[in-house]
Amino acid sequence: MAMSTHDHDDHDHGSELSETQLRVRALETILTEKGYVDPAVLDLIVEHYETKTGPHVGARVIAKAWVDPQFKAALLADATEAIAALGLISRVGDHLIAVENTPTLHNMIVCTLCSCYPWDVLGLPPVWYKSAPYRSRAVMDPRGVLADFGVALPADTEIRVWDSTAETRFMVLPSRPARTETWNEERLASLVTRDCMIGTGLPRRPEETSS
Amino acid sequence: MNGVHDMGGMHGFGKVESEPNEPPFHAGWEGRVLAMQRALRATGAWNIDMSRDAQERLPAEVYLSVSYYHRWALGMERNALDQRLIDADEIAAGHALRPGKPVQRTMTKDTIGAAFTRGSFSRPTSTVGRFKPGDRVRTLNINPPSHTRLPRYARGRVGAVEAVRGCHVFPDSAATGAGENPQWLYTVVFEGRELWGESADPTLKVSVEAFEPYLEPA
Repeated sequence: MAMSTHDHDDHDHGSELSETQLRVRALETILTEKGYVDPAVLDLIVEHYETKTGPHVGARVIAKAWVDPQFKAALLADATEAIAALGLISRVGDHLIAVENTPTLHNMIVCTLCSCYPWDVLGLPPVWYKSAPYRSRAVMDPRGVLADFGVALPADTEIRVWDSTAETRFMVLPSRPARTETWNEERLASLVTRDCMIGTGLPRRPEETSS
Repeated sequence: MNGVHDMGGMHGFGKVESEPNEPPFHAGWEGRVLAMQRALRATGAWNIDMSRDAQERLPAEVYLSVSYYHRWALGMERNALDQRLIDADEIAAGHALRPGKPVQRTMTKDTIGAAFTRGSFSRPTSTVGRFKPGDRVRTLNINPPSHTRLPRYARGRVGAVEAVRGCHVFPDSAATGAGENPQWLYTVVFEGRELWGESADPTLKVSVEAFEPYLEPA
């Protein structure tokens, strides 16, 4: 393939990017000219991922589960159906499964084989989630991975790692932080981070927020 | 296949580096790659398992050295070539040299919603699942040269069926174009020590989503 040959010594990041950029542009040109894709549709798809998706959707779901026991039960029974009923997004993908952290159990989500991730509720996966360090270590040394994120769990907390090897998708329902008894759903959602829904983090504590 | 994509339990890749305030894309072309992949779904020319398979068949040194969306682009090129949507001389030329071939559909502004939602992979069946929650099972020691979703670290191991997820499209078949061949899907959970030996973290449990053909009673 053309990209494997370099007739110059300039291997800096920028030149690699521009080479890739040219190759991707050529592919889009070919696919467009042959009538398989419409660039205007591609623009809209990019815009959607840049502006509409993200962990704010999942954060609303978690906050709702913290204040509404009925919703929480429904979420743990069938996350796709429960989240669809909230109407936050137009459609939720099938086979979404929410797994609950407890004082004695911590869940972590990984895809060791590729990059399976609950896009509809968390948005695009971050680079680290798709990277070799995370994919290789999460199933063997999750406490080491947590340490990379600055998280230390009690030594006797059970750790459950979910490897997303099929079309089932997982999100973590973290434990509600202490001293938030008087908080409403919207404020609670501000404590829910992307990483705590993957299981590489914990929700922010009330004292970590400015409000 | 026993490729470098199957990373669970490997050493030597270093620390997990999280990027604060990471943008959706790090360059404009990354978004184009994602969008093309999504839009091409409509053509029905290949399925998600063929996409994964195409990336797994990249040379190992390429798989490990290129960025994520770059890998997607290389896989997409290979899928498009394999399915004869495009030809190698067109990639070399950088533009189409002959008309497109007929495809099921192309994505339009009206059908764009399909780009953002995963479809269902469960299929109706008249079969009864072989296992139920609580059953002890052993994963088979398989090493197919083609696409599979049973990672190496979880082969030949004893675990417990925790949940039955229904009857789903079987990736090992779908990836080769052999059809959906739906199979029962289970969450199978293993003790850390069963996977990693006596020095494993005693508090660790790991589950995989395992298709019935990967399992036998233990």
